[in-house]
Amino acid sequence: MSDSQNDIRAYTLRLELVDEPGELLRSLQPIADNGGNLLSIFHERGNVTPRGHVPVEVDIEATPDRFEKIVDALHDAGINVVQAGTERYSEGLTIVLSGDVIETDLSDTLSRIQASANATVTDLSLSAPEGTADTSSARLDIAAESGATDSVLEGIREVAEEKDLRLIEPLTTGGDR
Amino acid sequence: MRLAVMGAGAVGSSVVELAGEYGHDVTAFADSRSAVVDADGIDAPTVLERKEHEGVVGDADPEEALAATYDVLVEATPTTLGDAEPGMSHVEAALRRDRHVVLANKGPVAERYGDVRELEADSEGRVLFEATVGGAMPVLSTITDIGPDHITAVRGVLNGTVNFVLSRMAAEGLDYEHVLAEAQDMGVAETDPSFDVEGTDTALKGVILANVLADGREYTLADADVEGIVDIPGSVLELAREDGRTVRLIVEVRAGEIRVGPRLVPENAALAPTGTTNAVQLETEHAGQLNVSGPGAGGPETASAILADVDRLAHE
Repeated sequence: MSDSQNDIRAYTLRLELVDEPGELLRSLQPIADNGGNLLSIFHERGNVTPRGHVPVEVDIEATPDRFEKIVDALHDAGINVVQAGTERYSEGLTIVLSGDVIETDLSDTLSRIQASANATVTDLSLSAPEGTADTSSARLDIAAESGATDSVLEGIREVAEEKDLRLIEPLTTGGDR
Repeated sequence: MRLAVMGAGAVGSSVVELAGEYGHDVTAFADSRSAVVDADGIDAPTVLERKEHEGVVGDADPEEALAATYDVLVEATPTTLGDAEPGMSHVEAALRRDRHVVLANKGPVAERYGDVRELEADSEGRVLFEATVGGAMPVLSTITDIGPDHITAVRGVLNGTVNFVLSRMAAEGLDYEHVLAEAQDMGVAETDPSFDVEGTDTALKGVILANVLADGREYTLADADVEGIVDIPGSVLELAREDGRTVRLIVEVRAGEIRVGPRLVPENAALAPTGTTNAVQLETEHAGQLNVSGPGAGGPETASAILADVDRLAHE
């Protein structure tokens, strides 16, 4: 593999945008400003995340150093970058929480998971067979920043302990096969 | 080899029953109240029938079995926590007489590993304990063959009762209480299932693995972080299944830490056996992941691991 900083390569960026007018344009600006060549945009308008964000996939061409600047600029602009480049920027993580999931304020649980570390809840599935006041369970798919899985899990453990929720963690680091 | 078998439960009785087939003689056999001793070899069918009908194995005192003529002491009394007695005293008695010991009882190697190794160092006898982790599966001998230094992590599903409950719950959509009661009816779970469902049994096996992998340091149950599956809601398994996953009680021994807890694993993963089947995954330095699965309990199954240990000692 060539390490030349002048090689132009194709990269895929996965973004999650706030569903507001002008957000898409705002997310493309740092790409243009830093010399990225836009190849395609896939705007999943009908497929919002649990937080109400809209996933957008952007294919661009850029040199490696320009690409790095683009990702930095996106971060600086407050754009949520889920995945950047040929390497996965985020690691998928699935957990199940069980207990008084709803009564203990599910939306607070979700926002704390997202605030506690570099993590985004990308999907949520809820099961409350006995109604909302009884034991219910929630499966959360989380995109954590690469290498941050352990700290994300640590943050979730704290929230779970505080709210007296049973946390079922994934078996990570190799046991996943 | 001449065997003294301590403990007349399913495992001890199976050892007595199968020893002849493996070319060994049982010269002493004891339960908690009685013993039978014969230097020429006891008559297994007669003794086992007496145990079944009269609840005793013979007319002698259990102490006499310890003092009998034998080459290998098979310790198959129930696992006890803390001081690991009376198993530990049996181990000590055999090693002081320079006899070998083969353990099915987890207590001595989980709770008093340092003492066991110290006694072994002063003895001509050796201690093997393949049957304590994963029943019939060759787990410890595989670790010995690969070399503990070349193993970076061990993960396992090591309790058949718990795995039966979790896999039944997932497959049938039944709740915890229902499946546990069913398991008790089938004899898969004990009347008091706490040792299994609270994760203690799994943790003891993790402790034994940690002791085998460790370089110098001794682990006991107090070093394990343990969470069981008591009252796990069916909705957890349902949500896992929707995502192509399931939940298994897994012990993970890695970087000197022992952790037991219910974990999400892909439904088709090596660590997602169904029913009472156990599974162990070794993460090795040079050989990738190695998986072993099979029956983790049962009389004849566990006895086969014990008799494999006896064979190892015979060939040394």
